[in-house]
Amino acid sequence: MLICEKLVLQQGSFSLSADVAFAAGKAVALIGPSGAGKSTLLAAIAGFLAPASGRLQWDDVDLTDMAPGERPVSMLFQDNNLFPHLTAAQNVGLGLRPDLRLNADDRAVAAIALTDVGLAGFDDRKPRDLSGGQQSRVALARVLVADRPVVLLDEPFAALGPAMKDEMLDLVKAKLIAAGKTVIMVTHDPADAQRMAGMAALVAAGEVSAPVATDVLFDNPPPALKAYLG
Amino acid sequence: MAHSAVPVTARWPDAASAVLVLVLTLGTLGAVAWRAEWDAGLASADWAAIRFTVLQALLSALLSVLLAIPVARALARRRFWGRQLLITLLGAPFLLPVIVAVLGLLAIFGRAGLLNDVLASLGIAPISIFGLHGVVLAHVFFNMPLAVRFILQGWLSIPAERFRLAASLNAPIWRLLEWPMLRAVVPSTFLVIFLLCLTSFAVALTMGGGPRATTVELAIYQAVRFDFDLGRAALLACIQFVLCVLGAALAWRVTGNDPVGTGLDRVVQRWDLARPAVDYCVIVLAAIFLLLPLAMIVLRGLPEVLNMPVMVWAAALRSVFVALGSAALCICMALALALRGGLMVSVVGVMPLAASGLVVGTGAFLLVFPFIRPADVALLVTILVNATLALPFALRSLAPAVAQIKQDYGRLALSLGIAKTSWVRLVILPRIRRPLGFSAGLAAALSMGDLGVIALFAGQSEETLPLAMYRLMGAYRMGSAAGAALLLVALSFALFWICDRWGRTDADM
Repeated sequence: MLICEKLVLQQGSFSLSADVAFAAGKAVALIGPSGAGKSTLLAAIAGFLAPASGRLQWDDVDLTDMAPGERPVSMLFQDNNLFPHLTAAQNVGLGLRPDLRLNADDRAVAAIALTDVGLAGFDDRKPRDLSGGQQSRVALARVLVADRPVVLLDEPFAALGPAMKDEMLDLVKAKLIAAGKTVIMVTHDPADAQRMAGMAALVAAGEVSAPVATDVLFDNPPPALKAYLG
Repeated sequence: MAHSAVPVTARWPDAASAVLVLVLTLGTLGAVAWRAEWDAGLASADWAAIRFTVLQALLSALLSVLLAIPVARALARRRFWGRQLLITLLGAPFLLPVIVAVLGLLAIFGRAGLLNDVLASLGIAPISIFGLHGVVLAHVFFNMPLAVRFILQGWLSIPAERFRLAASLNAPIWRLLEWPMLRAVVPSTFLVIFLLCLTSFAVALTMGGGPRATTVELAIYQAVRFDFDLGRAALLACIQFVLCVLGAALAWRVTGNDPVGTGLDRVVQRWDLARPAVDYCVIVLAAIFLLLPLAMIVLRGLPEVLNMPVMVWAAALRSVFVALGSAALCICMALALALRGGLMVSVVGVMPLAASGLVVGTGAFLLVFPFIRPADVALLVTILVNATLALPFALRSLAPAVAQIKQDYGRLALSLGIAKTSWVRLVILPRIRRPLGFSAGLAAALSMGDLGVIALFAGQSEETLPLAMYRLMGAYRMGSAAGAALLLVALSFALFWICDRWGRTDADM
């Protein structure tokens, strides 16, 4: 379980407090108006933003002071998720060995992961030779091979078309959640939340609410969500 | 605990680079300040040198800019075959060894040059190129192309829509668009060239001399080499430093341009172009002025290349060694500093711009002289000084590239746990090949052609190619000098081309 314990995040005059827990092996959608702090929360969990106060914990491990690379957390950003000068297999391999000194086993694992996301035989392609959807699949393959139980998705599929985005969300569900990862994803589209995640948490008015079942949240939206949905 | 937003790299390389730059700039300055004979004060010859230095720099900058304006204007609004090639050539003088250009100019304007041949056939007395007008001529040859590039950039930065709007209003383009642009671009161009001309030792060495045409740097050189009056040399070096700092402070406020900028292949579409003949005349004259001296080098050098004395080849080998060493050191320092980023780095990065090679050289001479024979470390000191003087240019192209990579991929690398050497090896180096190759080529070519520090330090057996060429010219062995010039210019451009080419091939962006 990922626990945000009385976490307070501050950036200039902006402030966000979170006192919530994310169940292991589940997917949670963070929904709320833009500027509410969804990405800020992810940045704090990933270790890019030190909290003003409070603690962050994964099971029994305190993450609060850990460097981003040491945390049990993978993150996909809005863009630049692949290194353009590295091949698909190398980009996946970074999830196994950040220094990219891959042995034969590692390479086999990367190839299997690429096959797993529907890119069999794409190992030696570079990102510029891949479509946007294929690039997202490579990034997902890297998350898949990394030995990190928490996955943060900061709208990595926002630039894709609607059909492709749905395809990716289904892939996340079929692969990452099936592999037992804890997925926290940012979205401002209620349809995404309903498609992907069993749980959703509202981020609004400087506060992260506790995750509840997505249906429940949308069937009976609190005032802040109602205002956002319009 | 807050975490850095970019992967951590080792601290010592940038610290070492900063220390080297500080030692060579402030350290050498300290040495000259300490050794300077302040009591002696300034002799009238020294005042004359200061006056001449400022005067020739003012005249050179003024003429370069005035001549550049019509050329830039013509290039901005005419499209013709070879235009792009000509614009590329305008970047060449930056890499051209000064001494080579001087020899080329002598072949045209010198005592036995083409111009005097023509004058003699007309029964007119020959003219002498040496002195103020020679120095200014050489400076204009070097800096007019630079000015053209700056001003052309200004012209092309006026949005096409404005020309269209002005045309539809039938408004005066000159007063509405061109004059305001020139008022913004010309002063900074003038100051950059003024600064360059304050510290161009090699031109003064070859074209100047005598009591009426001695720059401060030339006086330093003479004090060290001929009079061995180190106290006076140090005093003059302090004066040169003050001149440079004043010039740099002025230029720093008004510049930010890239001296070898690209993107000049656009032509402004215009509706007010009645007389193309004037523009084409200007372009042809400028091209002749720039190309003829180079053509003379090739013409006179080619037959001599194969029967040059052995010492020229030995000097060439030494020069290549110095150039490669200096380029390697320069890009290592630039990379280390660029990886660090921040204010300290930008300060360290611009300090060499205010340094004059001769001041640094004098300081280094004073520092090593008590312990070692300066000639023994001539090549090493030359490598260090050349690398440091080229550092601002390398940083200017590498630092933004590294900063961009940090911004684009820093968080991804951090979250993947890519750190230290892996970050440099896997991400930075493959992604900065282009600016890296370009900077290495620039540093190598600048060092290859440098005739500054080496002239202070070297004896006969430490000669680099430019110095060997200068000594051949001094001995009136013009044939061998022309051969050496051809070799020098070929090596300079080859080094630049190879490095730049390496950066361009297989660079996946």
